[in-house]
Amino acid sequence: MAETSTPDRIADPWGERTPYGPGDEWPERQDTFLDGLDDGDVDRWVQTASLLHSSGDAMDIAVKSGRIAGVRGRASDRVNKGRLGPKDLYGWQANSSPDRLTRPLIRQDDGRFEEASWDTAMSLVTEKAREQLEKHGPSGIGFYTTGQLFLEEYYTLGVIARAGIGTSHLDGNTRLCTATAAAALKESFACDGQPGSYTDVDHADVIALFGHNMAETQSVLWMRVLDRLHGPNPPRLVCVDPRLTPVAKEATVHLAPLPGTNVALLNVLLHEIIEHGWYDDEYVSAHTVAFDELRTTVKQYPPERAAEICDVPAERIREAARIIGNAERLLSTVLQGIYQSNQATAAAVQVNNINIIRGMLGKPGAGILQMNGQPTAQNTREAGADGDLAGFRNWANDSHVAELAEVWNVETRQIPHYAPPTHVMQMMRYAEEGSIQFLWITGTNPAVSLPELARIREILRQRRLFVVVQDLFLTETAQLADVVLPAATWGEKTGTFTNADRTVHLSEKAVDPPGEARADLDIFLDFARRMDFRDKDGMPLVSWSNPESAFEAWKRCSAGRPCDYTGLTYQKLRGGSGIQWPCNEEHPEGTERLYENGEFFATPDYCESFGKDLLTGASVEKVEYQAQNPKGRALIRAAHYQPPHEQTSREFPFILTTGRTIYHFHTRTKTARAPQLQNAAPEVWVEMSAGDAQACGFTEGDMLEIGTPRMSVFARLRISGIRDGVVFLPFHYGYWDTESGSGPDGHGRAANELTSTDWDPVSKQPLFKMAAARIRRVEAAVVDGRTREEEAVS
Amino acid sequence: MNKIHMLLRVLHHAERIAARKLLVIGERHKSDHEVYHVTRDMAGWSHRHIRLLAEQGDRLGINLRDTTGRSRPLRVVRERTAELLGHRPESGLLLLRDLRKLHLDLVGLSVDWEILGQTAQGAKDDELLALTQKCHPDVLRQARWANNMIKVVSPQEMAS
Repeated sequence: MAETSTPDRIADPWGERTPYGPGDEWPERQDTFLDGLDDGDVDRWVQTASLLHSSGDAMDIAVKSGRIAGVRGRASDRVNKGRLGPKDLYGWQANSSPDRLTRPLIRQDDGRFEEASWDTAMSLVTEKAREQLEKHGPSGIGFYTTGQLFLEEYYTLGVIARAGIGTSHLDGNTRLCTATAAAALKESFACDGQPGSYTDVDHADVIALFGHNMAETQSVLWMRVLDRLHGPNPPRLVCVDPRLTPVAKEATVHLAPLPGTNVALLNVLLHEIIEHGWYDDEYVSAHTVAFDELRTTVKQYPPERAAEICDVPAERIREAARIIGNAERLLSTVLQGIYQSNQATAAAVQVNNINIIRGMLGKPGAGILQMNGQPTAQNTREAGADGDLAGFRNWANDSHVAELAEVWNVETRQIPHYAPPTHVMQMMRYAEEGSIQFLWITGTNPAVSLPELARIREILRQRRLFVVVQDLFLTETAQLADVVLPAATWGEKTGTFTNADRTVHLSEKAVDPPGEARADLDIFLDFARRMDFRDKDGMPLVSWSNPESAFEAWKRCSAGRPCDYTGLTYQKLRGGSGIQWPCNEEHPEGTERLYENGEFFATPDYCESFGKDLLTGASVEKVEYQAQNPKGRALIRAAHYQPPHEQTSREFPFILTTGRTIYHFHTRTKTARAPQLQNAAPEVWVEMSAGDAQACGFTEGDMLEIGTPRMSVFARLRISGIRDGVVFLPFHYGYWDTESGSGPDGHGRAANELTSTDWDPVSKQPLFKMAAARIRRVEAAVVDGRTREEEAVS
Repeated sequence: MNKIHMLLRVLHHAERIAARKLLVIGERHKSDHEVYHVTRDMAGWSHRHIRLLAEQGDRLGINLRDTTGRSRPLRVVRERTAELLGHRPESGLLLLRDLRKLHLDLVGLSVDWEILGQTAQGAKDDELLALTQKCHPDVLRQARWANNMIKVVSPQEMAS
C-alpha cells in the first residue's frame, strides 16, 4: 500500500466509512501521516501501538535520519486494522519538542532548579529514601505512578515498592480513570479482567454505552461502531450521557440523566428487565449467586421513580429497557460518566448485572467492556502498581501472598498485606498530615489531574515532603518537585503494554531519547542497585537488566493467574497482530473472550478479591465470601440509590461535570505540543444548554466565571446539546503554557480547581463529575469588534 | 409489655447517639475525606432507624419523638478546626481513638437490635421483627466500616 498521508483528521476525526455487516470481518483501512516525506524517504518502520488512549491502536513509527517522521496504522492488527485516530496521527510530534527535559534537576536552597548529573541526582534520591526508612519505616515512602509506562516498568516498580521498600503506598493515576472498572469487575466476578472483546462490536445487535463518549475517548473503536452503523443490519445504540455527544447523536435512545443518579437509572432498567422476564432464568440459576437480593432491591425502582430522581422521561427509559431486554447479542460499555460520578462502583456493577442476568457473557457480540481511560492502565492493574498485588493476587488471601513471596524470594511478612494497598487520595492525605515524607511521582501530573488543586499544590509544596518527579517535561507537578528526573518515552524505549480488551502489544525503540533522558525502567533499575535491595538469599532482589528480561520475570509472576502471559514472547509479538491474554499452553494464540460457558475466576482460593460493601467500601471477609460463593459463580450485587454529597443550592444552582476532547490527552503534556492537536483545541471552554444560557442572558463566546465552594475558573461559553442544569468543562487545561507556570495567577484555568475531594468508597476513584457550581459573566463576547450589548444599544 | 417498651426506648436512644456520633466524628475529621463523607451517608441510615422506631413507638403507645431537634451549632467550629489541624500528625491518632469508640458503640447497638429481633420472635410481633430485619443489617455494616477503617489507618498511624 502506498504511504501517502491520510486527509485532515482534525476536521473529520473518524475518516471515511468502510461499512460491514454482522459477523463480517472489519475491513482494513490504513491511515498514515508523514511529515512532508514520501514513503520512499523513510529509513525504517518500527512497530508500536498508541500511547495516547486505551484503545491500543497498533502502528509503525517512520524513522528518518534518527528522528521520528510519521506514523502509519498496522493493517494486520486486530484492534484497528490500520486505522489511526487524531492523537495517534499527530501526537508523536511532542517527542521532539524543544522543551523536553534532558538533564536531572535539583532544587537549590534559594528555590531555583539547577542541572545535575544522574549520579548526583540519584545519590540524593537514594539518600533521602534511606533517611526516610530509618526515621519512619516503609510507610513514610509513597510511589505515585501513571497509566503510560510499560508493563516491565510497572512490574519492576511494584517489586521495588512492595518487596524492596515494603510499603503499601503504591498507586497509579489509573486510580482517576480505571479504578472503578477494576473494582466493578472484582465485585461481579471476584477478579479483574475484561470479559469482552472489541470484536463484540462486529456481532452485537445492541450496543449500550453508559457514560462512555467512545467517539472521543476511543475514536478508532468508534470507527468500528460507525462502520457497523453504516453497514447492513446495523446494531441499535442506547446512550446514557447528560451531553449530546457524537454517540448520543447516533443512538436509538438517548437518556440524559442528572449527574449523580446513575444507580437509580440502572436500577430502573434492571427493574424493567426483571419485571418483563427478559432475563435468562437458566443462566441465573446455574452461574450466579444472590439474584434475589437484586430482585428485591430493584422492585423499588419503577420507571416513574427514575423520572423523579434522574429527570428522565419514564417512557424513554421503558424504551431503552425494551431494547436492552430484547437484544440477542448485547454489548455493554462503561466509562467515566459512571466511573467518576456518584456511587461509581455500585453503578458500574449494575451494568454488569444487566449482562449477567441476561446471560450475555462470553459469546460473540455478548459482552461487557468496562473501559480504561489510559493506554497502559491495564498493566498497572496486572502488575500490582494500582492497589492490587501482582498477577491479580488477593492481598487478603495468605496463600496468594506466600506465592508472591516465593516468586520474589522474600519473606512473606516483607510484602505488606495487612490492609488494602493505599490509593493516591489516601497517600495525599498521609502526606498532608506528615506521615508520608518521600513521594516519587512517575509520568503523571497530579497538580492538574487530582481534585481540589489548591489543596494538592499545598501538599506538594510542603518543605517536609521530598518530592521526586520523573517526566518528559517540566510539568506543573515537576515545578513543585525537589528532584526532577528526565525520562524517555514511547518510541525511545522498548516494552509491552495492554489495551482495554486485553490485547498485548510490543512497542519497540525507534530513536534515542533526547540529551541524557533515560527509560523509566533504567531509572528504577538504577535505584534498586543503589538501594541494594536483596532477596532472602542475599541475591539482588531485582535480577533483570533490560525490558526483555523484565518481561520474562513478569511472565513467571503471571503464571497460572488469570492474566497469564507465559505463552507470549517479544518474538511472538513482533510482526502480525497484538495478542489477548490469557496466553499460555492452553491458549497459545490468546483468548478472545473471558467467561465462556459461565466459568469464572471466582472460587474463594483463586479469586483476586472477596469484594467490598458497595455503599461503605468495607472489605468482605474471607469466611463470608466462602459461605456466599463456594463454587465461584458470578456475584449479583445490588445497591440502593444514595444522593450525591454535594447538592445544588440557591447559591450554586448548576451541576458541574468535567471531561475530555478527542484532541487532547490528560493534561496536554504531549498533545499541546503537537501543532494540529493544539490548534484544534487551544483553550479551555465551558458548555451550557441553550435554555440555561438564555435564562442567564449569556451568549456564545461570553467569558464566564465558573465557581464552586473551592475556587473559580474563567472560560468562554460554547452553547451545546448538554442537558439543562448541567455545565461541562474539559479537564485538560493547566498552567505550564501560561505565564504563571505551576498554578493560577488570579483566576484559574484548570477544571480541577473546582472539583471536590470526594471519592467512591469502593474503587477510591475521585468524583470529578459532581460539583455544585455558580456562573456569572465576566466579559461579553466580542463579534466584529463589538459586544452584543453594544450592538443592541446602537 | 413494659420490657419491650424499655427496649425500644434503649434502641431509640442508642440510635440517636450513633447518628450524632457519626456526624461529629465526620466533622472532627473533615480533612479525612472518606471518613467525613461515609459517616454522613451512614448517619442518614441511623436517622431512618430513628424514624422507623418512632413509628413503632406510635403503634405501641410509646412516645419516641425526637425532642432535642437537629441543630448542631458546633458543627462549623469542628469542621474549621479539622481543616486547620489537618496537617498535624496527631490528627491520625485522634481519628483512630474516635473510630475505636465508634466501633464499640456500634457493636453494642448491634447487640441491642439482636435482642429486639429475638424478642419480636418470642412475642410474635411481626412488625418489630420486620423493623429489625430492616435496620440490624445497616448497623452491622456501620460497625464493619468502622472496624475496616481501623485496620487501614492503624498501621500508618502507629508504625510510622
